[in-house]
Amino acid sequence: MDWISLLVIPAIKSVILIVVLLTGFAYLSYIERKLVARFQMRYGPNRAGPFGFLQPIADALKMVFKEEIIPFHVDRLVYVLAPALAVIPALVIWAVIPVSGESVTIFGYTITPYIADVNVGLLYILAIASLGTYGIVLAGWSSNNKYSLLGGLRTSSQMLSYELPMGIALVSVVLIAASLSLVDIVNAQAALWFVFLQPIGFIIYFISGLAEAGRSPFDLPETENELVSGFATEYGGIKFALFFMAEYIHVITISALATTFFLGGWYGPFVDQIPVLGIAYFVAKVAFVIFLIIWVRASLPRVRYDQLMQFCWKFLLPLSLLNLVVTAVLVLLIG
Amino acid sequence: MLKQVWSGSIEILRAMWITLKHLFRRPVTNQFPSEPVAVYPRFRGRHVLKRYENGLERCIGCSLCAAACPTDCILVISGENTEENRRSPGERYAEVYEINLLRCIFCGYCAEACPTEAIVLEHDFALATYDRWDAIITQEELLEPHQPEHIRVRDDQAWAEPKWGRTAKQQVGKS
Repeated sequence: MDWISLLVIPAIKSVILIVVLLTGFAYLSYIERKLVARFQMRYGPNRAGPFGFLQPIADALKMVFKEEIIPFHVDRLVYVLAPALAVIPALVIWAVIPVSGESVTIFGYTITPYIADVNVGLLYILAIASLGTYGIVLAGWSSNNKYSLLGGLRTSSQMLSYELPMGIALVSVVLIAASLSLVDIVNAQAALWFVFLQPIGFIIYFISGLAEAGRSPFDLPETENELVSGFATEYGGIKFALFFMAEYIHVITISALATTFFLGGWYGPFVDQIPVLGIAYFVAKVAFVIFLIIWVRASLPRVRYDQLMQFCWKFLLPLSLLNLVVTAVLVLLIG
Repeated sequence: MLKQVWSGSIEILRAMWITLKHLFRRPVTNQFPSEPVAVYPRFRGRHVLKRYENGLERCIGCSLCAAACPTDCILVISGENTEENRRSPGERYAEVYEINLLRCIFCGYCAEACPTEAIVLEHDFALATYDRWDAIITQEELLEPHQPEHIRVRDDQAWAEPKWGRTAKQQVGKS
């Protein structure tokens, strides 16, 4: 059994990925504050370090020094486990996303640009995304508080409902790419990005992704925290920061998936000659989708919960099914 | 329903276009204290005791300001001017003159009441202290000319012509 290439290299890649994602989360919170401020014609944080660059570090230090309180009436094990259960699925989805085109060879070991090329990559992603709702429901349940329970149920039902149109929009992409594996899907976009073949699919995916991550304009769960009721009422300090982290990492993940499925992954001009451009293009595209997400947050008002559910079940789901049927017919006719 | 979807999407794109335009405008935040705050000429800030051109103090110790003050925050104890020690033209000067800035409501009645225009309200608003007793401002501090760097007096004409948007006068024509 080849220990190194089967265990050590994926372990190292996972550690690097987690470190990159956590740093990305910290600076995403900073960039979001700056961008939303600039959209609103004000400066963002600009006091902690030049241009406020050390703001996430200041926030992290503040969180670390906060008092860790576990209220008396909660179900302790589940209460402590729930934030972790919310963060882990967002991180784990990254195992199948290819960030570049070329495999590097160091000391005779081939290092692929993804941690695992699962041939049912899409199924894996959808399954793990569903696990994310467990964290929310368990947080609401373990808080032993009627408001938290209702908040948790609302949030999780929002996340669950929007997984359907998201999955169906992605299945339309799979019909064109003829494979569930993400690496194959990216390679199928060498000629033309899927966003041009599936514009409605992209929009459906984007909207569902926003609702899945609990972002504006579907951020009723987020504001319910501000408004006291909500699944994280009884949480404070690091545990609360973990929920926050789960949401932001979810945003990065949704952007990366949008890039992989619709925007051509790491493809771009001259990527054959200079392989390292692959990562650069991938990062640029993910950054662009994140900019779109923040732009939408700064522009649109919040959607009421019943409007949200009606929109999903009565509009997005039929639209995504229609998209699927039309795509299937066209694939059959054109090939 | 299709019409609703279409018009809704157009509205969403319009909203996003507006925020995008605002992204490229200069922020309107005033970065105090590195950027001075512009106040109007009649803004009532911290008091200053004025002098005449020849150096004599304007204050004659009449206590009209203390009498006019609604919160009773001015203390005036007057003393007689002698030939050796002449501080103000006239018979009396203010020997002790203190204002409790924590009680003061900056209404300006003291400045209206003063017969010699000795006490006036200038524009300093950054008056925080670490100790309550430091907020009782004494005559020496009040007599010093005080032009803090973080305050700029704006010219009323600049305010009347805004850079963008319509003034109230121009909007009267529209409903």
